[in-house]
Amino acid sequence: MAEATKTKTIKFIITRQDSPDSQSYEEEFEIPYRKNMNVISALMEIRRNPVNAKGEETAPVNWEMGCLEEVCGACSMVINGKPRQSCTALIDQLEQPVRLEPMNTFPVVRDLEVDRRRMFDSLKKVKAWTPIDGTHDLGPGERMAESRRQWAYELSKCMTCGVCLEACPNVNSNANFIGPAALSQVRLHNATPNGSLHKAERMAAVTGDGGLQNCGNSQNCVQSCPKGIPLTTSIAALNREATVQSFKSFFGSDHNQ
Amino acid sequence: MADNREFFYRRLHSLLGVIPIGLFLMQHLTVNFFSTYGPEAFNNAAGFMENLPLRLGLEIFVIYLPLLFHAIYGVFIAFTAEPNTIRYGFFRNWMFLVQRITGILTLIFIAWHVWETRLANAIYGTEINFDLMASILSDPIMFWFYIIGVVSAVFHFANGLWSFFVTWGLTISPKSQLVMTYITIAIFAVFTYMGISSLIAFAS
Ligand code: SF4
Ligand code: FES
Repeated sequence: MAEATKTKTIKFIITRQDSPDSQSYEEEFEIPYRKNMNVISALMEIRRNPVNAKGEETAPVNWEMGCLEEVCGACSMVINGKPRQSCTALIDQLEQPVRLEPMNTFPVVRDLEVDRRRMFDSLKKVKAWTPIDGTHDLGPGERMAESRRQWAYELSKCMTCGVCLEACPNVNSNANFIGPAALSQVRLHNATPNGSLHKAERMAAVTGDGGLQNCGNSQNCVQSCPKGIPLTTSIAALNREATVQSFKSFFGSDHNQ
Repeated sequence: MADNREFFYRRLHSLLGVIPIGLFLMQHLTVNFFSTYGPEAFNNAAGFMENLPLRLGLEIFVIYLPLLFHAIYGVFIAFTAEPNTIRYGFFRNWMFLVQRITGILTLIFIAWHVWETRLANAIYGTEINFDLMASILSDPIMFWFYIIGVVSAVFHFANGLWSFFVTWGLTISPKSQLVMTYITIAIFAVFTYMGISSLIAFAS
C-alpha cells in the first residue's frame, strides 16, 4: 500500500489455459485502480491493454459473462479460492493479489471460461421442467397458496452457475453425479401443482445412475450457493420422497406413482 | 428397480451400516464393557454370546455378509470422492472426509481383529476370553492399534448414523439435522468411553 502513492494499482494472478487440452499456467497482471471496480471491469481493462506484470504483450484473458447482475451465472470463476460470480466480486472487498482460476470441476474452454454443459444435460435427464403445452389447450394451471409460491420462488432462483458443483467433493471426473443444482430443481417442479403431475417420472430419473444417491452429505453446496438455495434440505426432502416411492413400488399396488 | 441399481446399492449400504452392523457394534462394546467388572464378568458375558443358538448362521447373516458388502462398496464410495476440506473447511465437509478415513481405518482394524480372535478360534482353537485380550493388549503397539480401531469404528458408526437419517429422509430440516448432530456426538462420546475403558481394563 505504502509505495502505491502515485497510481494505485491492483495485482492479479490469473490461471490461464490456451486451449481445452493444453497445460494451465499462471500469469500476473497489474492494472491501474479505479473506484468501484469489479473483477469483470478489471478483466476488461486487461483486455484493453493485454500486457502482463512483466511488461510483456500477451493474449487477452478470456472469460464469459452475461447479465452482469448475478442472475445468469455465466461469469462464475474461483476468486481467491472461492467459486463465485465475478460480476458481483468488488475489487475493494478482495484481498490482493486477486487470484482468478477457472472452476475446474468443469472442462476448461479457455482461461477462465468453462463448459457447464453437464449441468444442462442433468436438467434434461431429470426432466427439470413443467410441461404446459399439449395438442389442445390444457387450460390455466391450478393456483398455489401464496406462502407456497414464495417458498418455491426461492428454489427457482437457481441460475445454473455451477458453484455448488465446484464445491461438491462427489462431483468430479471419477463420478457421474449430477450434483445439487439439478436435484433441487426436481424438488421445485415436483412441488408446483402442474409440475407434480410428472413427479413419478422425475423421481425415476433422479434415482437413476448418477442421481440423488450419490450425495455424500458434505453440505458444501448449501454453504456456497450465492442464491442461498436450501440445497441440502431439497436433497433430504427428495430422499424422503424416494424412500416412500420405493416402498410403494415394492409393497404397493400396481398403479401408485 | 432394474434401472436404478446404484440407488439400491447405496441405500443398502446405508441400511446395513446401521442394521445390523451398527447394532452389532453397540452390542459388542456393551459386552466388552463387562471387562471393567473383572475377568469373570467378561467371560460370562462373552460366553453368553458364544453359546447363542445358530451362532454360525447369525454370524454369517448378521455380521460377515453385511460387513463385507458395506466394506467393499464403502471403499468404492470413499475413493470416488475428491476431498476439498482445504478450500471448504466447513464442519460437515470435515465430517465427510473423516467418515471416509475412519471407514478405511476401521476396515483394516476389523480385518486384523477378526483374524486374531474369531479366525484364530476357528483355525487353531484359540480360546476367546479375557486372557486372550489381555495378552494381545499387553503389547503397547497393539494397545494403540486397538484404541485407534475402536475410536474409528465408533466415529464411523455415529457419523454414519447421522447420514443414515438424511439418506432415508428422516431428518430434512437444518434444525432436525443439527439436533441429530448433537445426538450422534453423544452416541460417539458414550461408546468411545465404553470402548476405551474396556481396552484399559483388558490391558491392566
Ligand atoms: S443451486 Fe446455487 S450454486 Fe448451484 S447452480 Fe444454482 S445458483 Fe448456482
Ligand atoms: S454476468 Fe450473469 S451472473 Fe455475472
